[in-house]
Amino acid sequence: MFHRDAGALKTSYSEEQAIFPVALDRWSVVALVAAGALVVPFVAGPYWLGSILLPCLILSLAAIGLNILTGYAGQLSLGSGAFMAVGAYAAVNLVIRLPWLPFPVSFVLAGMVAGAVGLAFGLLSLRIRGFYVAVATLAAQFFIEWICTHIPWLVLNTPSGVVSTPTLFLFGFGFSSVPSRYLVAFVTVVALAVVAKNLIRSSAGRALMAVRDHETAAELTGVDTTRAKLTAFAVSGFYCGVAGALWAFLYLGNVEIEAFSLHRSFQILFMVIIGGLGSILGSFLGAAFIVLLPVAIANAATVFGEALKPDVLANLELMIFGALIVAFLIIEPNGLARLAVKAKDRLRRWPLPY
Amino acid sequence: MGDFSFFLEVVVGGLLSGVMYTLVALGFVLIFKASGVFNFAQGAMVLFAALTFVGFLEFGLPMWAAFLLALAAMLALAVAIERTVLRPLVGQDHMILFMATIGLSIFLEGFAQLIWGTKVRGLDLGISDEPIEIGGILISQFDLSAALMAAVLVAVLSAFFSYTKVGRALRAVADDTQAAQVAGVPLGFIWAVVWGAAGFIALVAGLVWGARLGVQFALTLVALKALPVMILGGFNSIAGAIVAGLVIGVSEKLAEIYLGPFVGGGIENWFPYALAIAVLLIRPAGLFGAARIARV
Repeated sequence: MFHRDAGALKTSYSEEQAIFPVALDRWSVVALVAAGALVVPFVAGPYWLGSILLPCLILSLAAIGLNILTGYAGQLSLGSGAFMAVGAYAAVNLVIRLPWLPFPVSFVLAGMVAGAVGLAFGLLSLRIRGFYVAVATLAAQFFIEWICTHIPWLVLNTPSGVVSTPTLFLFGFGFSSVPSRYLVAFVTVVALAVVAKNLIRSSAGRALMAVRDHETAAELTGVDTTRAKLTAFAVSGFYCGVAGALWAFLYLGNVEIEAFSLHRSFQILFMVIIGGLGSILGSFLGAAFIVLLPVAIANAATVFGEALKPDVLANLELMIFGALIVAFLIIEPNGLARLAVKAKDRLRRWPLPY
Repeated sequence: MGDFSFFLEVVVGGLLSGVMYTLVALGFVLIFKASGVFNFAQGAMVLFAALTFVGFLEFGLPMWAAFLLALAAMLALAVAIERTVLRPLVGQDHMILFMATIGLSIFLEGFAQLIWGTKVRGLDLGISDEPIEIGGILISQFDLSAALMAAVLVAVLSAFFSYTKVGRALRAVADDTQAAQVAGVPLGFIWAVVWGAAGFIALVAGLVWGARLGVQFALTLVALKALPVMILGGFNSIAGAIVAGLVIGVSEKLAEIYLGPFVGGGIENWFPYALAIAVLLIRPAGLFGAARIARV
C-alpha cells in the first residue's frame, strides 16, 4: 500500500501492540475482509467463487497450518495432506454419526482429532532432528493413508471407500449453494488466520521461532523446547485438520483418500515456500499463486491452440512449476511476502530514493 | 523343514530386493556426504536416466552405446544442475537447498517425459528372470545379477573415493567445506563430480528397477522406498546404506508375509518407515551416521 507510516503516534500500550499499528493498514484490511464477505459472494460468478476462491481459501488455511510448523517452528513436514485427511474423516464421522451436533462444533472437534494425531507424530521430533523429522512426517503420510483405506468403520462401511458428504445445516439453513459454502469457508479462514497471527505474536509464538532459529540456544535461555515443538505439531495438525474438513465438505462434496495424498502435502509445502516461510500473509499469497498458476498456464496455452497436446501441456506445466520453485528460492528465499514488503519499501521511497 | 526353507527363501528374496533399495539410497548418501544436500531429485534422476537409456535403445543403438550416451546425458545434467541450481544457492540453509531439489525433481519429471513421452516401456537387459535353485531354495536370477551389479558399483565407488585425487578432494569437501576450499579444492567442480556420480548410480538403479517395473513414472516412487534405508543407515554412511538396505529389504518381506495377513495387507508402504523410526528413537543418527554435537 502506497502510504507513509510516519506520523502515527501511539499513546497507549494496546496501540503499540496492535496487529496493524498503522491506521491506514488497519482500515484497508478491514475493508478487504468486509468486501470479501459482503461484496464478493454477490458479484463473483460461480466459477470464480466455487473453483478459484473457495480452494484458494481452504488451502490457505492448510498453508497457515504448515507455516506454523515449518515456517515458524522450523520442523519440515511432508505430512500435511495426511493431517487434512484425519480432519476430513473425523468430520464426516462426527457429522453423520452425531447429526444433532452443530457442524461448527463437529469441525472444531475434527480439527482437535487431527491436532492430537499431529501431536502423536510430533513426539518423534523430541528425539530426532532436521531431515529425520521430515522423513517421520512422511511416514505419517503413508501410515494415515493406509489406516484410512484399511478400516471400513472410518468410511462408515461404504464399500467404495468414498463417502459423500451431507449438506451442512445450521439453525435450519442448508449450506449448499456456492456463495453460502464460500461464506462458511471465508468466515472460518479469517477467524483462524486472526488466531494464528495472535498466536505468533504471543510468547508461545516467540518460543516457536526460538526453536527454529537455534534449538540448543533456545533451550539454554530457558525456552521450553519440548512444549514449543509439541505446540507447533498440535496447532499445525488442528489447522490442517479443519482445512481438510472444509475441503471435503465444501469443495469436493465427498471424502476420499486420493484428495489427501503425498501430492497434496507437496502442494501445500510449495504454497508455504513460494508465499514465504514464517508469514501468515505469505500463506495466502502462496495458496493463490499455486491455485492460479495451472489456470494461467492453461489459458496461456490456448494461445497456441491445437499445437499443444494435453500430455505435452501437462509436462510443460511440471517443468514451469519446478523451475519457478527453484527460481523463487534463488531470487527470494523468503517468498512472495518478502517481495511484497520490498515493493512497498521501494514505492515509499519512490520519487526520491536515497 | 518346508516352512524353514520357505522362510529362507523369503529372507534371501528380501536381501536381494534390499540391494535394489541400497542402489537408490547410495545416490542420496553420496550427495549428502559431499555437499550436505538432501537430494530429493534422486528419484527423478532415476526416471530420467532410465527413460534416456530406453530412448536411445529405441533409436536402434546397441546397449553399450545407449549406456554411454545416457551416462553422458547424466553427466551433462549434473553440470547443468551445479551451474543453475547449486551455485546460486551456495551458503543457503539446508532446508532451502532441500526444497530446491524438490523443485528440481518436478522439473526433471516433466522434462524427461516431455522428451521421451509418457508411455510405459519395457526394458529387457537380456538377463532371464527364471529362478534358479541354490541349496534347496529358489532364487531369482535377475535379483542375483542386480545384487552383483550393486556390489561392483560399491567397490568401484569406494576405490574411486579412496585412491583417486578427485576422490580425496571429495572427502575433504565432505569433512570441512571451507577448509577444503582454502586448500584449493575447486568446489564447483567437486559438486559437479558428485552429482555426476549420483547420476551414474541413478542410471544403474534406473536400469535395474526399469527392467523390473517397466520404465515409467512410478520409478520416481523408488526414491520414497530409499528414504527409510537412508534414515536407518544414517545420512552420511555408505556402509550404513548397504546394511540398512538389506535390513529393510528382509524385514519388509517378512512383515508382509507373517504380519500382513493379520492387518489386511499393503503394509509395505509404511512398514520400513516405522522400522526406521523405531531405530531412530534409540539411535537418533541412524545405525552408522555420525552423531552431531549441538553447539551454540
